[in-house]
This record gives sequence, C-alpha cells and structure tokens, in this order.
Amino acid sequence: MTVMEQRGAYKPSPPPAWQPRTDPAPLLPDSEPHRVLGTEAAAKADPALLRTLYTQLVRGRRYNAQATALTKQGRLAVYPSSTGQEACEVAAALALEERDWLFPSYRDTLAAVARGVDPVETLTLLRGDWHTGYDPYEHRVAPLSTPLATQLPHAVGLAHAARLKGDDVVALAMVGDGGTSEGDFHEALNFAAVWQAPVVFLVQNNGFAISVPLAKQTAAPSLAHKAVGYGMPGRLVDGNDAAAVHEVLTDAVRRAREGGGPTLVEAITYRLDAHTNADDATRYRGADEVDAWRDHDPILLLERELTERGLIDEDAVEAARQDAEAFAAALRERMNQDPVLDPMDLFTDVYAEPTPQLREQRAQLRAELEAEQEGAHG
Amino acid sequence: MTTVAVKPATMAQALTRALRDAMAADPAVHVLGEDVGTLGGVFRVTDGLAKEFGEDRCTDTPLAEAGILGTAVGMAMYGLRPVVEMQFDAFAYPAFEQLISHVSRMRNRTRGTMPLPITVRVPYGGGIGGVEHHSDSSEAYYMATPGLHVVTPATVADAYGMLREAIASDDPVVFLEPKRLYWSKDSWNPEEPSTVEPIGRASVRRTGRSATLITYGPSVPVCLEAAEAARAEGWDLEVVDLRSLVPFDDETVCASVRRTGRAVVVHESGGFGGPGGEIAARVTERCFHHLEAPVLRVAGFDIPYPPPMLERHHLPGVDRILDAVARLQWEAEG
Repeated sequence: MTVMEQRGAYKPSPPPAWQPRTDPAPLLPDSEPHRVLGTEAAAKADPALLRTLYTQLVRGRRYNAQATALTKQGRLAVYPSSTGQEACEVAAALALEERDWLFPSYRDTLAAVARGVDPVETLTLLRGDWHTGYDPYEHRVAPLSTPLATQLPHAVGLAHAARLKGDDVVALAMVGDGGTSEGDFHEALNFAAVWQAPVVFLVQNNGFAISVPLAKQTAAPSLAHKAVGYGMPGRLVDGNDAAAVHEVLTDAVRRAREGGGPTLVEAITYRLDAHTNADDATRYRGADEVDAWRDHDPILLLERELTERGLIDEDAVEAARQDAEAFAAALRERMNQDPVLDPMDLFTDVYAEPTPQLREQRAQLRAELEAEQEGAHG
Repeated sequence: MTTVAVKPATMAQALTRALRDAMAADPAVHVLGEDVGTLGGVFRVTDGLAKEFGEDRCTDTPLAEAGILGTAVGMAMYGLRPVVEMQFDAFAYPAFEQLISHVSRMRNRTRGTMPLPITVRVPYGGGIGGVEHHSDSSEAYYMATPGLHVVTPATVADAYGMLREAIASDDPVVFLEPKRLYWSKDSWNPEEPSTVEPIGRASVRRTGRSATLITYGPSVPVCLEAAEAARAEGWDLEVVDLRSLVPFDDETVCASVRRTGRAVVVHESGGFGGPGGEIAARVTERCFHHLEAPVLRVAGFDIPYPPPMLERHHLPGVDRILDAVARLQWEAEG
C-alpha cells in the first residue's frame, strides 16, 4: 500500500516509545510557604519542641554575633554569618536522628554546632588552622563545603550506599539559593530521584548570592518548583518559622526513611548580616528591605507564639539569654587561645603513605625549621 | 600441583577479570558509570559484571560525570569502594571539580579521618581513529593535583595487577587505560599477579647501554619498536615503562639514565606543560654529571588533538623517536 492509499485509514497516535510518566500535580509545592507560628496549626505543635527550638535559636543568634566579633579581633579569618537564618540551621539539625548525616555548606556552621559538633572544631576552617577541624564520623557531619553545591552529590551517594547496605539512614544536604544554579545541584537531584535515595535537600533562599538577587539567579516559579522536573516533591516553607521548617523537614526525613525517596525543600529566609564580615551589603540592598525582615525575625516569631500561649515567661526568656551568653563566653575564651600548629602536619594525610617526593619535601621543611630554630637560639 | 595454562589475553579482558575478581573478593567494590551495566561499557571492560553481581553492584548511572564521581564520594564516605568509569578522556572533564576539590584532598582536609578509596578509570590517548574529544592525553592535569595516584598500564599483566592494586588502595587512583592497547594481546597468567611490580615502581622493559627511553602507557610499544629499529643505527636503547606517574619512581629512572648517560622522554601528551618537562627536570637535577646530552622530549604537538585522518602526524612514532636519539650529541664520543 502506498502512502496515498493509506490516507483514509490514518489515525494520529503518539510515538511508539512514548508512555505517560509521573503525574506532576502531587509534586508541586503549595502556592504559599508553609507556616505554623501564628496560625491554628501552632496549637498542635509540641510545647517542649518549641521551647527547645527557642533556646537553640537564641543561642545560635549569639553564636553568630560572637563569631563575627572574633573576625574583628583577628581570631577568625572570615565568618559567613547565618544571622536571620537560625530557624533553618537549628531545625535542620533537630530533624535528624543520630544515625543520619548532615551535609553543610560553608554558611552552615550553626547547623553543625546544633548537631553537637564542637564549635571551636567547626570554626577551624574559618580560623585557618585546619580545613576540617572535626572528625566527620563523630557526629555524622560532612566537612563544610566551600565549593557550591558540590556536597549535594556526596549526600546522594552516601544515602544510596546506606540504603544498599540495608541501613535506614537519611542524609540532609544544605545549599543556598545561589548554589541551585550550579550543575552539581542539578546532577545531585537527578541522581537522587533516579535512585530514590533517602535524601532531603534544604535550600535556604536568603535572597542573595553575595550581592546577586534571586531574580538574576533563576526564572523558575520558585526554587521548590525545580523538584518537579526531577520527579520529586518540592515543598515551600517560611524559613523564619522554626516550627514550620522543623515540621516540613521532619516529614521529608520520615518519607525518605520509609523509602519514599528524596524531597526538595525551599525555605524562604533572609540573611540579616552581610555575606561575610568582609562584605558591604549596603552596596546591593536598602535599609527598608532589611527592616521589613527584622519584623519577621525567626526568634521574634517564636517568642511571640510562646509568650501568647503562656509557654514561656520572662524568667524563661532570661534563662535562654543567659545560656546563650555562657555559650558565647566559653567559645570566646577557647578561641582566644592560639591554636597549636605543627608545620610537619602539612605532609601528614596527603596519602595513606607519603610518596618518595613528599618524603623529600618533608625532609626539606624539617631542615628549614631546624635552621630557623638554630637561628633563633644562635 | 596444578598447572595453569598461560593463554593470550587482551588488555580489555585482563581489566574485566580484575574488576570481576575485585568485586568477588570484596562486597564493598561497586562499579558505576555510563553504559557499564547492560552494555558492558563502550569498550566492554565491564562486560558481564551487572549480570554476575547485580545492577546494585554494577550500575548504569545518569549521563553526568560530576554526578557519577560526586555520588562515588558519598558512597566511599559510607565505606564502599567505588570504581568509576569515565567513558572517554575528554568526557571526564565535567568531573574535574569533584576530583580536584574533594576526591584528591578529602583525606588531607579531614586529617586522615575520611579517606576516599575511589578508582577513576579513564580510557585515554589517541591512535584509534577517534573523532574529536575521544583521544585526549589528560594525564598532566591529574599529575598536577596533589592527593591523587596516577597510574597507567602498558602490558596485559600490569592491567590486571595494577587495577587490583588501585581498587585495594585506600587512596584515590586515576587509572588511565591506553585505549589503543585495549586489544593488544599478551600471554598472561592471572593466577600469578605477584609477578607484577607494585604501583609506584617503574619497570625496565628492555635493557640497553646507549640511551634510555622514558615512557608510559600507549607509547611503551612504540618505544620498544623504536629500540628494535635503533639496532640498525648501532644504538642499544633501554626502555623504562613508568607505570606510575604519581608517585614517580626516581630511583629506577635515574639508575637507568646513570647507566646509559642519555635520555629521551616519550609521550602523546603535549610537550609544553606536559609530563616530559617534569621528568626531564627530575632526571637533570639528579643525574647531571652522568648526562652526555640534554634530556630530550618527544611529545604530541602543542595543538588541540587533531582529526583522526591527521593524527599519525601528531603522535610520537618510531621515526621521531629515532630523530631525537640521533640528536643526543653522539659526536662528542667520537
């Protein structure tokens, strides 16, 4: 039969290989960020959890202030503050079980501290005495990652490996709004969804990638919408509502643990401080904008809720403040000690066994140090 | 006592056997990459592994090299021993950030608490008529990155022994497979891997008295051929197969050059900023008073890898090697 003869029988049909895939509707984020504080849902929140969140947030705010002060005293080379983002930092740590893993970005030292890592060990990267000051296996916190989004595929691989070994371990990976433009963000989400790896991605959308606002970063309806393209659910949450962030992350962690696969959570928050102590935020944003966010401060929101419901009184507020002061004082005292440096450490742990070339270079440095010593005494 | 038949095998078959034996010996060994599962890899090096060990052990990944190596990092963090296949030399470049910023330095940045036992297999080099982006010699990039071992076999027995050793290493190893030699055959007894030198040692493939050809990977057979041809000119050339670029075996290389007094470094990689410059400098620094002539280099030209119909003009061949040997100031001896 020729094509002309077939004409009458022709019926349009989809290409043979085409099949309907996942229905995108259930993956779509809600149109409004999820909120708990100040809503009816707050009544159902566990008062003990809210009090813990409050104490941790107050302590976290004080930790950020102390670390920034340490840069001014020359005790830290640089500090990227998470002031204003404490709800995300603390809720991320509290949403995990002990056996789970946290993959922080460079701004997430507070999350590591909230998970139990020694704050001094957390800050060695920024003090400059060693890149990673803590043993990642002790609290299951991966090294702080300065290259953007590169820690996300690590989280996927670790979660995938745990699942292959039959362990019900979840990995929670943190990234900022700027990091979502990196290729590793895309590849990590794609691998996670294909492998149905037990991972939760937490994007803290704090409005700026150093100076570049979100509008110049993406044309997506929201960062949470990006999840749909990978076939995982996207959740949008008020990142300054500690109870809401905790609830959304806890749900996503539970879902991952139960074999439901990965979730992308976008938390809308704001970096009240500059990018780091070395940055001047007045060059790219106005005071009005910052003031508007100060009215939506995560500590303020939680304190109002707790006070209105009679869950804390002035004494409790004062106790939280004192706890934070004691924490900061201890940190300050320890950070005021000069770190003990051993130049020979440069050659330790480059390889399991140093190469012949590194043995030669190590001997060279040792000779230089000995000559320096003799010079000092001679 | 059983006698094991020594049969000819190809380098590709030896690599497959090494992966299979490593996976059978250690359940932590996982293979991942593009097309490594059902297809068995575009060079068939992973042939049969998915069938024998299941797709969780030999996994077809999405087509994304940074994702492949990045997830391998996480798997290694959790105690697995991933063996990653990069499909071609030039397709490994998207994984460079993971390799350089994390894989190479995780042990160091965590003070030894988080070593990453990852093997990155990279088919490399030209001479197979590959179209653009299929024939790069990328070893200089890897060599310039502290924390990586960089090795490349030139014989069938080395392919097996060195890959087993790379997988067993607690450090990351970039395992460069000379794709031109995938189908080279050699009599090889897989039951005797101990005959292979450990990683980090070079091997003298041919002894000679006149000059040393220092080479590795795909250029080893070319140098052996050149050494045979050189006999007609009255030169008795020694051929040193480096096997391992990092760590570098100064001892074997310098012992050879001290014996012969002359050296030519041969590789496909470009000469400018290539491995040959480092090797020539190391030899000169250590053997200056034994040298009768400057250390010369025969390398690929400093051009983007040429189209396949022109590649024979680019690759170091027997004639170019002999021309270099002729320039080793023999007249001074007369």
